[in-house]
Amino acid sequence: MDERIPSGAAIVVGMPRVLLIEDDQAVRDGLSMALGGRGHAVDAVATGEEGLARLASRPPDIVVLDLMLPGLDGFEVCRRIRAAGDLPIIMLTARNEDIDVVAGLAAGADDYVVKPARAQVLEARIRAVLRRTGQPAPAVPAPVEIERHGDLGIDRAGLTVTKADKPLALAPTELRLLLELTQVPGRVLSRQYLLESVWEHGYFGDSRVVDACVQRLRAKIEDDSSAPVYVQTVRGFGYRFGPL
Amino acid sequence: MKLGGLRTRLLLAFSLLVVITAATVAGGGYVQSRTLILQQAQDATARVLVDKATALFPLGPLPPGDGTLSRISGELSDRQLSSLVLFEDRASGNQQMRSLISPELRERVRAGNVAWQRVDAGGTPMLVVGTRFTVLLPGGQQRDSGIEAYIARSMVPEATSIDELATRAWLIGGVALVFAIGLALLAARGVLRPVRELGDAARRLGEGDLRARVGVRGSDELAGVARTFNETAESLERHVGELERMEADARRFVADVSHELRTPLAAMTAVADVLEQEASSLPGDAGRAAKMSIEETHNLTRLVNDLIEVSRFDAGAAALAREEVDVAEVITASLRIRGWTGEVEGDLPSGIFAEWDPRRVDVIVANLVGNALRHGEKPVSLRLSEAGEQITVEVSDRGPGLAPEVLPHVFDRFYKADSARARSGGSGLGLAIAWENARLHGGMLSAANGTDGGAVFTLRLPRRGGTA
Repeated sequence: MDERIPSGAAIVVGMPRVLLIEDDQAVRDGLSMALGGRGHAVDAVATGEEGLARLASRPPDIVVLDLMLPGLDGFEVCRRIRAAGDLPIIMLTARNEDIDVVAGLAAGADDYVVKPARAQVLEARIRAVLRRTGQPAPAVPAPVEIERHGDLGIDRAGLTVTKADKPLALAPTELRLLLELTQVPGRVLSRQYLLESVWEHGYFGDSRVVDACVQRLRAKIEDDSSAPVYVQTVRGFGYRFGPL
Repeated sequence: MKLGGLRTRLLLAFSLLVVITAATVAGGGYVQSRTLILQQAQDATARVLVDKATALFPLGPLPPGDGTLSRISGELSDRQLSSLVLFEDRASGNQQMRSLISPELRERVRAGNVAWQRVDAGGTPMLVVGTRFTVLLPGGQQRDSGIEAYIARSMVPEATSIDELATRAWLIGGVALVFAIGLALLAARGVLRPVRELGDAARRLGEGDLRARVGVRGSDELAGVARTFNETAESLERHVGELERMEADARRFVADVSHELRTPLAAMTAVADVLEQEASSLPGDAGRAAKMSIEETHNLTRLVNDLIEVSRFDAGAAALAREEVDVAEVITASLRIRGWTGEVEGDLPSGIFAEWDPRRVDVIVANLVGNALRHGEKPVSLRLSEAGEQITVEVSDRGPGLAPEVLPHVFDRFYKADSARARSGGSGLGLAIAWENARLHGGMLSAANGTDGGAVFTLRLPRRGGTA
């Protein structure tokens, strides 16, 4: 298949690199064009296998992944990317079928966009996810201030989290969610609030995105994720950090 | 048992038949036997009297003396018979018998007949037989002696026999009646069971169970009706099945088409974005054309998304993801995200909690408010209230309201209130989808005109999902 190299092949440093895995050529070309026009470097491939190969050779900043792929399907690709690291993933679902969305989030996607999606919506999601990785650490390091919450140590400036003094590898979305919750320890934040502040959803979103991310975060920070201490569920309201 | 029902009518007919037959047979037999018994008793008694009178012949000189009279009465009476002999104003024998002898009996006896009469002597039936004695005159002439002799005997044995006869007649009639009722019930059941089965099957058919059939027994008219019924039900099932298949096919087609449209639309939508950035710099018609195709691409996307949503409702694939929500919060988020907070006057008390699917409620609110903003006039107001287990959200505007001919169709798919009106931003499915979402929650959505003229859309949802 003839790969369209996006115009401006000289990749500008700091330009977010997007790996687009989408089997339909027209959609692939359209999204490449649109995202390219909005200042992203887009790598577009047609299959999950190719995508995984490209991941190794040219690591992107974010993956946009169609769920309906021939051969290796989107869920499997998503699981493999998650197993390898904390690269942000946005799923493209051709159907707003609940089961697809739930399965995709369970496979580790950070967010999802339903096709047909306007490029500006997709782009806003990409920006929102990437913003969660925050600004790079300042050149002159400020005195490190580490918040202590039980076993957790949170460095808001350096965007690092430790548990029992060991660094935790958190995905950008998980990190943003944790920062949001720990800013107001003991206060309940509704799913809708979290959705708008962490995911920057521009529509009445979907609390399942929040729930899936909370599950993943718990798996990393809690001693026993079935009996959470740090991120507690308040039935019917939302989530609360602590009290410890 | 229904009065005037088939069973009642059959029972009555059978019973009547039996009663008439029994009355005729048993009653006729009874009357005949009774007459025969009485006849025999009378004849026998009369014969006894005549024989004894003959044995007394000749009586001797006239007028008879008291001795003669008492001899006669003595001769005439025995263990079963009492007797009374009268001559002019003298009497001999059982004086109590006087009261048993009626004037008309005496009349007949005096006329020279052997006469009898049945009388009631203080509850005991008695037979009184009387005759006149003739005397033989010298010279061989017979003449009336003026002596009347009466004998009476009890009819109790005959009465007993007759009573027995009557009892037997009643018994036979009764047994026949019971037997007839039994037969009638059997016959009724034989007719009624198939009729009832047919009725049941017809009712089930009416309730939509198209597999309802009845058993066909025998080859009578009822079996013919049952056969016809089964054939009708079968062809009905075939037709309805065909219609359902066609409808399912049509629905699947709509769903498939909508899904198929998604991929090219996804490409078009993505490209439209690129065009949008360039459109303003394109000259004249090219710019306008670019703007139009962008606009229509977005409209088409909305339409296809709504079509897919509707086809999921039709296929019964729409599921509720209920969670405990603060209703006011859902509504305010819905308005905030669409930038409508400033355009709507909200009366939204917080603290009303419900187990709803917030995404679907958001769709309802967005459609109602969007509709009010597009077609009504500001201010649009939202009122949230609760009453027991029901929560009500009212969206009203100050526009001209809905025309009466529009009201019943406002939730129809693709219904255009004014065909001449330019297409608005909606897909024509928004209110239909809102209505379906309300129904999915076990509630309802209704439209009316407010007292001050504007349209009022009212959403009523139960606080929690029922078991339904």
